[in-house]
Amino acid sequence: MQNHLPTALCVSAMLLGSAAVAEESVTVVSFGGSYAKACVEGYYKAFEEETGIKVNLEDYNGELSQLRAQVEAGAVTWDVIDAEGPQLAIACDEGLIETIDHLNLPPSPDGVPAEEDFAPGTLTECGVGKVYYATMVAYHPAAFPEDKQPTKVEDFFDLENFPGRRGVHRSPQAVLEISLMASGVAPEDVYDVLDTEEGIERAFGMLERIKDEIVWWEAGAQPPQMLADREVSMTIAWNGRIFNAQMLENQPFKILWDGRTIDSGGMVIAADAPNLENARKFVEFSARAESEAGVASYIAYSPVRKSGYDLVGNHAITGKPMKPHLPTNPDHGGRQLTLSTEFWLDRRDELVERLAAWLNR
Amino acid sequence: MGKLKASSLALPLIAFVVVTLLVPIFSLVRLSVYDSTVAEALPKTAEALQAWSGTDLPSIAIYETLAEELIAAQETRELGRVASRVNRILSGSRSTISKTPRRFARTDAPDARQAFIEIDEDWGELAIWHALRQATDTFTSRNFLQAVDFRLMPDGSIERMPESQQVYVTLFIRTLGVSIAVTALCFLIGYPMAYAMAHASSGLALILQVLVLIPFWTSLLVRTTSWIVILQQQGVLNDIFVFFGIVADDNRLTMVHNMTGTLVAMTQVLLPFMILPLYSVMTNIPRDLTKAASSLGANPFQAFVRVYFPNSLPGVAAGGLLVFILSIGYYITPALVGGSKGQLISNLIAYHLQTSLNWGLAAALSVILLVGVIVLYIVYDRFIGIDRMKLG
Repeated sequence: MQNHLPTALCVSAMLLGSAAVAEESVTVVSFGGSYAKACVEGYYKAFEEETGIKVNLEDYNGELSQLRAQVEAGAVTWDVIDAEGPQLAIACDEGLIETIDHLNLPPSPDGVPAEEDFAPGTLTECGVGKVYYATMVAYHPAAFPEDKQPTKVEDFFDLENFPGRRGVHRSPQAVLEISLMASGVAPEDVYDVLDTEEGIERAFGMLERIKDEIVWWEAGAQPPQMLADREVSMTIAWNGRIFNAQMLENQPFKILWDGRTIDSGGMVIAADAPNLENARKFVEFSARAESEAGVASYIAYSPVRKSGYDLVGNHAITGKPMKPHLPTNPDHGGRQLTLSTEFWLDRRDELVERLAAWLNR
Repeated sequence: MGKLKASSLALPLIAFVVVTLLVPIFSLVRLSVYDSTVAEALPKTAEALQAWSGTDLPSIAIYETLAEELIAAQETRELGRVASRVNRILSGSRSTISKTPRRFARTDAPDARQAFIEIDEDWGELAIWHALRQATDTFTSRNFLQAVDFRLMPDGSIERMPESQQVYVTLFIRTLGVSIAVTALCFLIGYPMAYAMAHASSGLALILQVLVLIPFWTSLLVRTTSWIVILQQQGVLNDIFVFFGIVADDNRLTMVHNMTGTLVAMTQVLLPFMILPLYSVMTNIPRDLTKAASSLGANPFQAFVRVYFPNSLPGVAAGGLLVFILSIGYYITPALVGGSKGQLISNLIAYHLQTSLNWGLAAALSVILLVGVIVLYIVYDRFIGIDRMKLG
């Protein structure tokens, strides 16, 4: 019996220890990579300092199967999740995440209430928006004569005046919207048109024009690489990746802001989160204008709060001003479309099959 | 008794095969034809819809039952899955269903039917009700029909998919074609290589072995992306061609992001699986056999074709089968280097498993692939004979 005493002491000490950690920590699940780094530097550290609550980081790939398994098994270990629009909506419908009515969202620094300060559609039943990111066309300026650089999204589909291969994401989402805008549909009408058979045909008709020159990509790291190798002259890309290549690798790439699509994710709280109180504090802290601006000082994603956008200053690493790189900057001009979560929840499977069928024709 | 004891030694192996092979295959087949999500979540609606005429909108009582069960499904967190099941039958119905219970409490319409139509006018159409009724069937042929580009219509008839959505048959055929081509290429390149390894001096043979094994031990992604670097228009090979004036600078060859890239990269990735069985069979072919053939008057060509090659066939059979079966399930390499035609059937299986969570369709596609491989295996056995196959 005596022999067991030290072991028992050790075990109970460990249990106590973990209980103590659990009391003042929050598990935050996000996408990893440069985005997670931007969030840690941008405001997680400030949160830990202010509240004394430790942030445990976990990575995931944006898919909900793991959260669903946790909730169904009654063993939830995640507290806060950084989710993309469609996943957020599914999780909300399925009751995998908390609604936000218990949160006390902070007003802007000059007192504008949160509901008016967040961009429309970024505060939903279950999610608190954080940043906007864009999917748009980027190009290598050396691929075109100096007096004939692309200026509008139509140029992406114009091989005669803007020759060269084109990189396109092998996914209907954002690609079909960009195609429709280039065919002359106004951003506000895109989803009405895309909801019809003729609209889908019209979008594929635009892609048909460049079909022979398209290089399809699957991973977000491919477009900047293909531009750098001059394998393509223009490509559809994610703005954060192009920004990193411009800033950290000094690539001369240019972004064609006209015809961009923007999308926002949000912070959500898992149903039955083990550290519910801390999770709420964390999401409230995330919702501060300063937090959103903090993220945007590391990566070119726009705060969804107006006051957050106003706070954005310089890039924390190179010291260059960030605002010219943010996807929602009004100075970009050109057409801008916010992706519709509802449309893609309803039509994604069908359009993925149509894209595959079209590719094989 | 002794025999029984001896065979009981194989029990762990049998248990292992049952647990890791037969059970998953059984659940795969079950998943492709059986789905009780909607029937279990909406039992009363399912029953009521069986009696529904299908030509007019259902009665107000059915709307009320559905409202009740949708609200209950939301509380038990079944709603999302119900909505995505129905959405697979009628694209666009997911949001209609998932927003209904949330908004139902807030409407002040006089009856349930009007409340539903107020929430979404689709509830006033027959289509969503037909889709809902079809989704309550626990056994369904829908997945298999979709896997061969047909669809089950709401009235139960079977129709071809519209041309713009026919995709799976083409992909099955392409997967088969690519696999056969890769196997043939691996044989053409691998046979001489294995022959050289088996018959070279020991020093050279060692170097050749290392050359085969190092790529074999290298990460698949590294090898695939290296091919992009080598083959792309601004890549190493095109640079060399331009340097020597073989092609003009403005007319560089397109060797990747098309079928050429797929075949080159897959052949290189799978080559060791052809060379290694061939090599081990060839080292065991007695050298005296060819010598005997020559002494009996055969020229070197005859000696090879009539004596050496038949003896190496077990290696060809093993290598060919390995390469073929591996390429049937390949998808990362074609996805990265294959361009617009680079998708094979496994890409779509992975999409339905991971992203759309349509496991029924993924299972049906996998079952078809599995049955196809088994059929090919039997044909192969008829012509070449599996018992002659040798891995070493």
